[in-house]
Amino acid sequence: MNPLRAFWRRFRNNRAAVGGLVALAAVVALAIAGPMLYPVDPFDMVGQPSVPPGGEQVLGTDVAGRDVLAGLIHGGRVSLLIGFMASLAATLVGLVLGAVAGYYGGRIDDLIMRTTEFFLTIPSFVLAVVLVAIFSPTILNITVAIAVVSWPSVARLARAEFLAHRDREYVQGCRAIGMPDREIILLQILPNALPPVIVVSSLMVATAILTESGLSFLGLGDPNQVSWGYMIGVARSVLRTAWWMAAIPGAMIVVTVLAINLVGEGLNDALNPRLKQR
Amino acid sequence: MSEGRGDVVLEAVDLVKHFPVKHGLFQPARHVHALDGVSFALKRGETLAIVGESGCGKSTLAKCLMRLDEPTGGRVVLLGDDITHLAKGALRGLRRHMQIVFQDPYASLNPRWSIGSIVADPIRLHEKVSRDERRRRVAELLETVGLDPGFADRHPHELSGGQRQRVAIARALAVNPSVIICDEPVSALDVSIQAQVINLLKRLQARLGIAYLFISHNLALVEHISDRIAVMYLGQVVELADTRSMRRELLHPYSKALFSAAPVADPDASARRTRIILTGDVPSPVDPPGGCRFRTRCPWKQDRCAAESPALRAVGDRLVRCHFAGDAGFPAPVS
Repeated sequence: MNPLRAFWRRFRNNRAAVGGLVALAAVVALAIAGPMLYPVDPFDMVGQPSVPPGGEQVLGTDVAGRDVLAGLIHGGRVSLLIGFMASLAATLVGLVLGAVAGYYGGRIDDLIMRTTEFFLTIPSFVLAVVLVAIFSPTILNITVAIAVVSWPSVARLARAEFLAHRDREYVQGCRAIGMPDREIILLQILPNALPPVIVVSSLMVATAILTESGLSFLGLGDPNQVSWGYMIGVARSVLRTAWWMAAIPGAMIVVTVLAINLVGEGLNDALNPRLKQR
Repeated sequence: MSEGRGDVVLEAVDLVKHFPVKHGLFQPARHVHALDGVSFALKRGETLAIVGESGCGKSTLAKCLMRLDEPTGGRVVLLGDDITHLAKGALRGLRRHMQIVFQDPYASLNPRWSIGSIVADPIRLHEKVSRDERRRRVAELLETVGLDPGFADRHPHELSGGQRQRVAIARALAVNPSVIICDEPVSALDVSIQAQVINLLKRLQARLGIAYLFISHNLALVEHISDRIAVMYLGQVVELADTRSMRRELLHPYSKALFSAAPVADPDASARRTRIILTGDVPSPVDPPGGCRFRTRCPWKQDRCAAESPALRAVGDRLVRCHFAGDAGFPAPVS
């Protein structure tokens, strides 16, 4: 049986995960196609400030008279881009370091794992704030900062997986036929070690989006880009009079993060089917 | 077959493997003595069986010979080349001469790869041949081990245990090795399948002249397949002899006990023979007893056994590690 097909069948059985996937697809589609369907500059003052939803602007305007819907669409691009890219970068770095540490063990393992623990002991959000504050708040720097605080958990997981597989007979068999370490790590162990890592890194996208929103909320976002966190930050001062201004981007964050978590859980069940049956 | 040194394909010389044991900060470092001075020479086309109970160092021996574990001391000589300290790169080229078949065919094949690529891997790594040639060789190998060449496109989970072990054997054969180390190759299989795989191994040996180092705890099987038998106890060879002379008599008390514990199919024969029941457990390999290692359980032990560690010495046509082996009337029958 085609393993990809079997995987999809298991994933499909999980209704919550499918719902999450649909919601996530909708948010991604909105972020990609939205600016073309609704070509309004999110920084343009298009009307009176603090207009409630339902008027000329569908979702109203913010304190500076900017279109909230335009902000939502453009902000989604930034949030999702940073979320996915930071998670991808953190996964790659974590996988490489974890694989090397787990496969070779010994001193190199000690070195990598002590470094990883050093990063884990620092509160990640505070470290991200410091990194973004030191370097200028551009999309690239924010992505790097989030990746820097996220890779240790992947590294630890990848190390544990590689450590568990290193002494399995199929790996020893590959060493016995003289397969180079690089090939053993990438082609033999990695496919077996990947499923739990995929789950963790998919959940990491949600965390990355939350971190990015938090940074923007604190005014550490890219000043040239709207993002959901930034919109909430702006709306904070008028929370009592215009609650919707913060609630709308807040709801987007909730929906996106929830959707990603549901998909991640679904991946977990579908990739590790034996765990679910317990 | 001549008995010259040129016929030796694999030789272990005084092989030692100690594993460090995790210990407290202020305790002295301690070691598990998994192998303590194991020596043997495996000749071309011969089957040497290594028997012994669990934990006696059989599998460690296999891993040290394959350099999957680094031996602590001693030498491994493969086709005249000392490979004990060979660098990884240099060793890689020589690996084709010595292959291994593991015990559990459910663990030794990567579930993510097709049978075709699993069998083709060694060819790809050791020979520069075209894709088509490789595919042709894989089909040939699968046929050699009694599988349909169509299996090449399947994955390990679609195969039975016996089929998987055949795949593992095909993989080991792929680069025409001189030695195959069989680490309990049939103990994970059904009894009916065991015979098939054993007969396959024997047929391949007759055809290709491969030498087997056959590690097992199944004594009936070992007597059937091997030319010589080495009995191991706590990391040492205690008796090494031709299978024929082993069948005739056993000189080391441990070999006697081990073989007397093996089940016999014939109930009359089973009733007639004397069983030697050993008391006590195998001593911890962290603190092997001084003197003779078997003295803590030996029914015939004497004062000398604690004082002096016996060497592996020639007695008649065999090697025995016992002070009294070969003495008239030793070992005396136990009541």
